[in-house]
Amino acid sequence: MNKSVYASPDQVSETKRHILTVLVDNEPGVLARVIGMFSGRGYNIDSLNVAEVSNDENISRITIVTHGTSEVVSQIEKQLLRIVPVHSVTNLDQEGSSVEAEVALVYIYISDTNKKKVYQLCDLYRARKIENENNTTIFEIAGASERVNRFIKEINEITKIEIVRSGPVAISSIQKNEEE
Amino acid sequence: MNNEITGAEIVLKSLAEQGVEVVFGYPGGAVLPIYDTLFKQNSIKHVLVRQEGGAIHAAEGYARSTGKTGVVLVTSGPGATNVVTGLTDAMMDSVPVVCITGQVPTHLIGSDAFQECDTTGITRPCTKHNYLVKDVNKLSSVFHEAFTIAQNGRPGPVLIDIPKDVQFAKGSYEEKNKIIIPSHRLFEPSPDFEKSKIHEAVELIAKAKKPIFYIGGGCINSGPKASRLVREFINMVGSPVTMTLMGLGVVGSSDKNSLGMLGMHGMYEANMAMHECDVMINIGARFDDRVTGRLDAFSPNSKKIHIDIDESNINKTINVDVPIIGDVKQVVEKMISIWKDKKYKIDTDSLKLWWDKINKWKEIDCLNYKNEGKQIKPQYAVQRLYELTKNTKTFVTTEVGQHQMWAAQFYKFEEPNRWLTSGGLGTMGYGFPAAIGAQVGHPDALVVDIAGDASILMNIQEMSTAVQYRLPVKIFILNNEYMGMVRQWQELLHGGRYSESYTDSLPDFVKLAESYKAVGLRAKTTDELDDVITQMIETKNTVIADIWVTKEENCFPMIQSGSAHNEMMLSKDQKQDKKSAEKGKILV
Repeated sequence: MNKSVYASPDQVSETKRHILTVLVDNEPGVLARVIGMFSGRGYNIDSLNVAEVSNDENISRITIVTHGTSEVVSQIEKQLLRIVPVHSVTNLDQEGSSVEAEVALVYIYISDTNKKKVYQLCDLYRARKIENENNTTIFEIAGASERVNRFIKEINEITKIEIVRSGPVAISSIQKNEEE
Repeated sequence: MNNEITGAEIVLKSLAEQGVEVVFGYPGGAVLPIYDTLFKQNSIKHVLVRQEGGAIHAAEGYARSTGKTGVVLVTSGPGATNVVTGLTDAMMDSVPVVCITGQVPTHLIGSDAFQECDTTGITRPCTKHNYLVKDVNKLSSVFHEAFTIAQNGRPGPVLIDIPKDVQFAKGSYEEKNKIIIPSHRLFEPSPDFEKSKIHEAVELIAKAKKPIFYIGGGCINSGPKASRLVREFINMVGSPVTMTLMGLGVVGSSDKNSLGMLGMHGMYEANMAMHECDVMINIGARFDDRVTGRLDAFSPNSKKIHIDIDESNINKTINVDVPIIGDVKQVVEKMISIWKDKKYKIDTDSLKLWWDKINKWKEIDCLNYKNEGKQIKPQYAVQRLYELTKNTKTFVTTEVGQHQMWAAQFYKFEEPNRWLTSGGLGTMGYGFPAAIGAQVGHPDALVVDIAGDASILMNIQEMSTAVQYRLPVKIFILNNEYMGMVRQWQELLHGGRYSESYTDSLPDFVKLAESYKAVGLRAKTTDELDDVITQMIETKNTVIADIWVTKEENCFPMIQSGSAHNEMMLSKDQKQDKKSAEKGKILV
C-alpha cells in the first residue's frame, strides 16, 4: 500500500477509478474534514463535488472521484466513516450500476472562419449556447465524463477555448424498494 | 428566558453534569470569563500547569489511570497550538480527552487578531472531532456530544473552541439526557454484531495447534472487565499470550501464559511465537510497525483473527482472515460463552509441543545483561525499582526512548491502567505531566515517572505544578547524558557518528529539585541504588532521583527496522545483514 519494506506483501489489485458518494451533515468544516483525510493519508482526489441535497435535514452529498487499488479504496471508505458528521459512504463501482454526469461550461473563441464548424460540433454533442447580455459564446454541455472529454478534444482542434467542469456527480441506479 | 446563564456558566455546568472533578489548564485573555466562573464555584478543581503542553499530557495521564475523561482548559492562539502535540498523542493512543480552547470574539475571527489562530483548522487532523461554537444556545449540547464522542467507540480527543463573546453571552442550558445524538455520529455496533464471525473465530481457536493471543491497548480502553474476560478466555484455551507496549497489564506478567511484550524491543520468545504460530488472535491491537517488523515476513503461516472497535484498523497493514468489529468485552464475553456451550477443548498434545518450543526460546534469556563492577546498569535500576515497589499500588509513566523500553521490559505489570506511556506518537516529555495527572486521580498511590535525562527536560517546568499541589510524584531518571535511543541507532546504523545526541551542560538534577523545593536524590553506584529508591518511595514530596547509569548501554533484544520477527538482534555483536540494514536505515 505504501512503498517501503513495510509495504503489504499481499497481492494488490490493479489501480482503478472509483466514485464514492458520501452523505454528510451540512455543518461548518465538514468538507475540510473529508479532503483533509485524503491529503493527510496520501490518497488521491481526481474530482470532488458537494452540494446540499436535503434542506430540512441539512444533509449534503459529496461525490468524490478517486483512483486506487481496491485495498486502498476500501481503506478510504473506512477512514471516511470515522469522520463524525459522515452518515454513509457508498462505492458506486461496487454497487454495480450507477449513473454519472457532469456539467462543463465552455467559452469558445469564435471567428467567421470557424463559426460553422463550431456550431455543427455543438449541435452534434447537444451543447447548448448560453445567452447573456454580453453576447459571448459560452456553451453548456452535460453528460458522462467521456462524452465531455471527446467534445473538448474535438472543439480544441477547431479553436481556442476556456473551460470549467463540475466533475462528475453520480447516483446508484439500482432500484430501491424503500426510500431511506 | 429567566433561566438564561452565561456561556462560561454553561461550560462549568456542562462539566459538572458530566461528572468532571478536575480540569488541567492555563489561563489567558480569551478564556478569562471561564476562569472567572471557575473562581466562583467549588465543585471542579483546577490544576494550573506551567505550559499548556503539560496540561494535556496530565489530562491523558489522569484519563488513562482512572478510565475517566481528561479535561483541558487553555486560551486561544499559543494556548491552543501548545496542546497540538498532546492532542495528537491522545489521538494515536486513543485517550478520551476534552480540550476547551478560548477564541477571539466572533466578530474578530479572521482578522488576525491578537492571539488568534485557526484552532479548529489546526487541530482537525489530530482530534476525533472538534467544534467552533458561535451560538451560546448550542454550547451545552456541544459539550454533551463532545464527552460522548470522546468516550464512545475508539476513544480520542475532542476539542471545543469558544469565542470570548460566546462565553459572555447569555443562553439556555440543556441537560445531558435531553440531548439526542444521531447514531451516525457515534460508534454503535448492532446488538447481534458479527455473530457468525465470532463462531468462526472460536472454532478456529479450538482447532489451533500453535495459538497465540496478541493483546493491545484496546483491551485497556474497554475497561477493567475486558482484562478480566481476556484473562479468563486465555486461561480456558491455555494459549500463550503476548502484549503490545500499550497492552501491558491486561494479562499479569506473572501469569503462566504471559510471554511479555512483543515487537521491536519485545521478548525473543514472544516474537518467535508470533512468527511460528498457526492461529493469531489479535484483541485490540493494530499491527503497528513497531510490532510487525517487516510485513512480508510477518507471521507467514498463521490464520489471523482481529478484534477491533475501529473498522479502519482491519486490513490496514496486515490482511486478516476473521475480522470482528466490536468492543473487546462484548466480543470476548461472547467468545467465552460459545467456547463453553460447544465444550471446545484445544488439542493438549499439540499445545504441549507448542509450549515446549516456546520454553526452549525462553532459555535464550533475551533480557540477559551483566552488571559491571559498581556501575549501575539501567536495566538493573528498573529491576530494583520494581522489586522495591511491587507491593505498593504503583503507577508507572515513562518518557520516550531507551528508558521507556527498559521500563516495559523490566517492570512487571499485574494490572491494567497502571502503565502510562506514549506509544503511538512517541512523545518525549509525556511522562512527567502524565504522572502528575495520574497522581491527581490517585492521591494515595505511588506514581513514578521512569525518565531519561533528555526527555525529562522537555517538560521540566511542571516541577512547579507538582510542588504547588503537593503531588508526591517520583521522577526516576536513568541518566546517561545521551539521548540514548538516538545514540543506539547512530551506533548501529550510522557508523557511530553521534551527531548531536550527547547532552552537554545538563543541570544538576538534585539542585534542580531543591530549587523547586522538592527533594533531590542521587545514586552513582549499585551500593547507593536501593537506599535512594527506598528514600524516594518514603519521601512524601515530589522527588527527582538522578540515577547515574552506564552511558553506552544498548536496548536489546531488538528487531532492527526492515527485519522480521525471527531476525532479532540479541546483542551488538550480532550484525544485521547488510542489505536489510540499508533498507532499514530509511525507516523510522
